[in-house]
Amino acid sequence: MTTTETRPLPTGPVVRTERVSVRVRTRVVTATVALLVAAAVLGALAMTLGDYQLSVGQVIGALTGSGSRAQEYVVLGLRAPRVVLALVVGAALGVGGAVFQSLARNNLASPDLLGFTTGAASGALIAIVLVGGGPAGTTIGAIAGTLVTAVVVQALLGGAVGGYRLVLVGIGVNAVLAAFNNFLILRTDLSTAVAAQSWLVGTLNGRGWTQVVVVAIALAVLVPIAAAGSRRLDLLGMGDDVARGLGVAVERTRVTTLLVGVALVGVATAAVGPVAFVALAAPQLARRIMGTTGPGVLAAGLLGAVLLLAGDVLGQHLAAPTQFPAGTMTAAVGGLYLVWLLAREWRAGR
Amino acid sequence: MTATATRAEESAPPTRPVGVRAGGLVVALVLLAVAVVASLMVGSRGIAPGVVLDALRYGPTSPTDTDAVIVLEQRLPRTLLGLAVGVALGVAGALMQALTRNPLADPGVLGINWGASAAIVAGILLFGITTLDGYVWFSLVGAAVVAVLVYLLGATGRSGATPARLALAGTAVGASLQGVIYAVVLVDATTFDQYRVWRVGSLTGRDPQALVQVLPFLVVGILLALGLARALNALALGEETARALGVRVGRIRALTGLGIVLLCGGATAACGPIAFVGLAVPHLARVVTGPDHRWVMPWSMALGGLLVVCADVVGRVVAIPAELEVGVVTAFVGAPVFLAIARRRRVVAL
Repeated sequence: MTTTETRPLPTGPVVRTERVSVRVRTRVVTATVALLVAAAVLGALAMTLGDYQLSVGQVIGALTGSGSRAQEYVVLGLRAPRVVLALVVGAALGVGGAVFQSLARNNLASPDLLGFTTGAASGALIAIVLVGGGPAGTTIGAIAGTLVTAVVVQALLGGAVGGYRLVLVGIGVNAVLAAFNNFLILRTDLSTAVAAQSWLVGTLNGRGWTQVVVVAIALAVLVPIAAAGSRRLDLLGMGDDVARGLGVAVERTRVTTLLVGVALVGVATAAVGPVAFVALAAPQLARRIMGTTGPGVLAAGLLGAVLLLAGDVLGQHLAAPTQFPAGTMTAAVGGLYLVWLLAREWRAGR
Repeated sequence: MTATATRAEESAPPTRPVGVRAGGLVVALVLLAVAVVASLMVGSRGIAPGVVLDALRYGPTSPTDTDAVIVLEQRLPRTLLGLAVGVALGVAGALMQALTRNPLADPGVLGINWGASAAIVAGILLFGITTLDGYVWFSLVGAAVVAVLVYLLGATGRSGATPARLALAGTAVGASLQGVIYAVVLVDATTFDQYRVWRVGSLTGRDPQALVQVLPFLVVGILLALGLARALNALALGEETARALGVRVGRIRALTGLGIVLLCGGATAACGPIAFVGLAVPHLARVVTGPDHRWVMPWSMALGGLLVVCADVVGRVVAIPAELEVGVVTAFVGAPVFLAIARRRRVVAL
């Protein structure tokens, strides 16, 4: 899916030091600041709203240790981990989505459509059923499931990356894995099945600091690798031969980035269950908001964090006291977004 | 030359002699009868064939005749329902693939089952519908609306409704409907209670009257399919040619659409969304019959019934004492067929 429209050259002041000179793109800076503000506002909403209403001042008091015990419990024990988890998981999904989309050179190559997320769910379910779960087992299972699914999808594609076949293969793989997951849930005893099912919904409910720490460590390790690789991925977009001529180790870049993407999606899914469409929408929206052409790994991460937090806040307070899992919100909105994306692309005759 | 030959081979399987086609159909029907008998015998309580036949012929000899009661009141309605739904979905798939000239067309892939589901959920939530007569109408309307929507979306732009585009459009629409359904169902406990019984895509726990109530819709749909076969053959040659042969293209299309909606809507109302039957069955049928719809339709009926009844029996056996839903088993069988078609060098129009 090549972009045929011509984009204006980036404008903005240039910062020069003795060794480096960087053009500061005004639009990117504005957009980044706006997204950070949005995240802060959403975070404040999530921290203050709820059965136990708090003012912003009380939240800050609790965070700095000068609030009452009840306030500290609500803020530090319940709301803060949930907000931080939404941010880190959203960021992991956004970065993972950007990696896969630029790797396949296909806007639709998101882990949800390719069946990776369902594969992660299968791996985690196997871990829950066989080893009895636990954060470590679920995480390892989810990563292994994602990896196996990625390898199978690659094998089914037989090297051909182009066009819609990728997504069609994903639809088929998705169906098989979903059936397998149903089968697993049915085969186990009731208590395990309930645990598995509650995990499968894709919710931030009842998660705590443990999950936050796992995902945060993964982000800290993997995002720099992804960001460092994104320039090489840009070059890969010109075709393997050109990239090789420009000195890119094509195979190694591809394998490394694939592994990074798999690990990010696997860890994120292990923490909260399969959350739909964040990985699909975040890189696309980031590209449009920032006005850039490249995969924009960091921008996609930022947008993914904002999207998932927004989905969770919406799900919690849209019809309170009923709480929707964040996954249903992102599925409904993300599905519509996909419809719009397809209609736009096809109308433009691409 | 060779390229055109392979393409023609791919899109049109060889036509076999009439004897083979007719003989094969008889074999398929015999197999279907065997499957029906097996479905009456197999379960968590095995019943000998002789006892089954006695029960069918003479009814329960006494109220304590448990075997006869199980056969007549549990297994017979279920088997007949599976048979009817399988026949309906098989023909619906054949009609769909003929109408859209798309080898990937299937009520599940194109999102039509989700449309029917969403409409039924809306019916339960807004109008308090709890009976099957009520479900059927909502199901039909939902199926029709989503069918039109997906077709319009897929046909956007210059290159028209290619097979891959329709599948993608259906997936996107289906995904957002799924999100909406889960959100609604989670808010409203009574709706959830009704819906979770209905949605599993299984033949168990259905009202014994279910079959009687949807049967008129299915019969009309099947008669339409058989009557349209000749015209669809002409339509397969292209719109212009069909018109030159005296086919009223608009009317035939509308009638085919009506048939699809009646069959899918009726089947979905009776036992929830079952995917991939409509996709796999016509392909298997065409392997034997070639492209002639006058043969494809009856073959699809026989094979569709066979597939669903067998899937139900398998689902009862693999997870004793629990049961695997028939929709899960058909996905295991149907999704690989989908993958095989999607992997072809080019997904050709029929």
